[in-house]
Amino acid sequence: MIPVCRLEDLPEGGSVRIDTAPPIAVFHADGELYAIDDTCTHQDASLSEGWLEGCLVECPLHEASFDLRTGRPTCLPARRPVRTHRVTVEDGVVHVHPAAEEGTAA
Amino acid sequence: MRTVTVVGASLAGLYAARELRAQGFDGRLVIVGEESHRPYDRPPLSKDFLLGKAGEDQLALSDVDETLELGAEWMFGVRARGLDARGRTVLLEGGRTVSTDGVVIATGASARRLPGPALTGVHTLRTLDDARSLRAELLRGPRRVVVIGGGFIGAETASSCAALGHSVTVVEAAPLPLLPQLGPEMAAVCAGLHARGGVELVTGVGVAALRGDSAVHGVELADGRVLPADVVVVGIGAVPNTGWLAGSTLALHDGVLCDDGCVTALPQVVAVGDVARVGGARAEHWTSATAQPRVAVRNLLAGHAVETVRPMPYFWSDQYGSRIQFAGRRKDGDQVRVVEGAVEDGSFLALYERAGVTTAALAVDRPRPFTRVRRELARGEARPVVRSVAEPVAL
Ligand SMILES: Cc1cc2nc3c(=O)[nH]c(=O)nc-3n(C[C@H](O)[C@H](O)[C@H](O)COP(=O)(O)OP(=O)(O)OC[C@H]3O[C@@H](n4cnc5c(N)ncnc54)[C@H](O)[C@@H]3O)c2cc1C
Ligand code: FES
Repeated sequence: MIPVCRLEDLPEGGSVRIDTAPPIAVFHADGELYAIDDTCTHQDASLSEGWLEGCLVECPLHEASFDLRTGRPTCLPARRPVRTHRVTVEDGVVHVHPAAEEGTAA
Repeated sequence: MRTVTVVGASLAGLYAARELRAQGFDGRLVIVGEESHRPYDRPPLSKDFLLGKAGEDQLALSDVDETLELGAEWMFGVRARGLDARGRTVLLEGGRTVSTDGVVIATGASARRLPGPALTGVHTLRTLDDARSLRAELLRGPRRVVVIGGGFIGAETASSCAALGHSVTVVEAAPLPLLPQLGPEMAAVCAGLHARGGVELVTGVGVAALRGDSAVHGVELADGRVLPADVVVVGIGAVPNTGWLAGSTLALHDGVLCDDGCVTALPQVVAVGDVARVGGARAEHWTSATAQPRVAVRNLLAGHAVETVRPMPYFWSDQYGSRIQFAGRRKDGDQVRVVEGAVEDGSFLALYERAGVTTAALAVDRPRPFTRVRRELARGEARPVVRSVAEPVAL
């Protein structure tokens, strides 16, 4: 579980990137918090810099779009999904639970 | 339409094949490609592939599943050498023919070469085979590399060669590289990236000749100087591959002439990507090669132009660890100013303006605000920008 930032520092429409390996992007979109792998599966753009529309994020390099809920690309050129991660808020602080960590804990 | 033939099995050809199936074409789909490789992506060739960060498997544009789903007859290593006057027969090298009802021309462009005999050590960078042979040569130990041409491919290649530890000089005939694309202020900024990467930039002088008997050993400049070189990369642009269409009825002039909907004078023949001159202009960008096929296929299946393309020109380039993004239609005389970040920090957004309207945008490592402007430009919503955020352009 990784603390990200205070909830008030991640307003609706905002995003942050955390320097895990691989890096993770956390979004506040459509009234929800989402976390996905930050690096686009097409080439190497950072999705935390992407364009948010509802719960879709568009890659800033070649406009592949990913569904934040599932990590799946909704259009080319990306063809592989990004991993999604669980997000919780504890004492007003946003936390990410990286997928692999959860896997080992389970 | 029972048979459609796509000529050119690269980016635009593959996207056209996808669109044909996505738009309901269930007939025979033939794809003819001169290269022996399955469709692969070119932009990484001068970047991550040359650097060894991306292998050949990462260049693939499609996977086995998708290839099966497309249900196409692929012909690799086969060159089309003609199209009959009515556009109903594609002639292949070796004498075979394909009878067809529709044709998508997606033959792209080839690297322009220098005149004179071929010398070993002299490379162009357009195809996977080009990139393989350049990379093999660069792996043989420190080399003196001269890149002829300071455009995007030349700059990226120079950047990659320098990162691999070679000593690199770029020769550009114009006073600054990328002048027509970026204008003087921003061309100067991008030229500055070479120095940061430890690459020498020689401008305002052309190349007179290559020196060497069988292997190149120098580049002679028009002013008499000779730059010693073990490897020369010629990056002086690309010419559209229209030679095979000579003798057809299609109008060819720096590309296959098409209307705004990628349709040629023959309604059952469309052209897409680097080879297509759509509505008077030819683009050599990845994004146009992927955007045009949707409209071209729609018009092909409809039998005439029912839709037009006018995507906002967009390209990106990765050099010396910086990501450059450009969108829009800049014209000479447009004012440019930095509206976010600062040139000296290496991360900024600059807008080009004409009569208070944004015409284009250039960003270096500023993807988010760049995307915002790009979308506004695309929507034709480029509004006058607020003067108060202006900063003078620092050079
Ligand atoms: C090294 C490099 C880096 C690039 N970097 C960028 C970048 O950073 N950003 C950007 O926006 N763009 C970039 N581009 C440009 C981009 O790759 C092209 O715009 C794109 O590849 C065009 O696709 P295309 O399918 O139209 O043509 P091409 O990719 O040129 O493909 C045409 C295909 O047709 C085949 N062909 C030709 N003639 C025949 C024939 N007679 N019969 C059968 N087949 C034939 C060719 O062999 C080729 O495989 C780069 C290009 C290169 C070479
Ligand atoms: S890197 Fe994201 S779409 Fe290409």
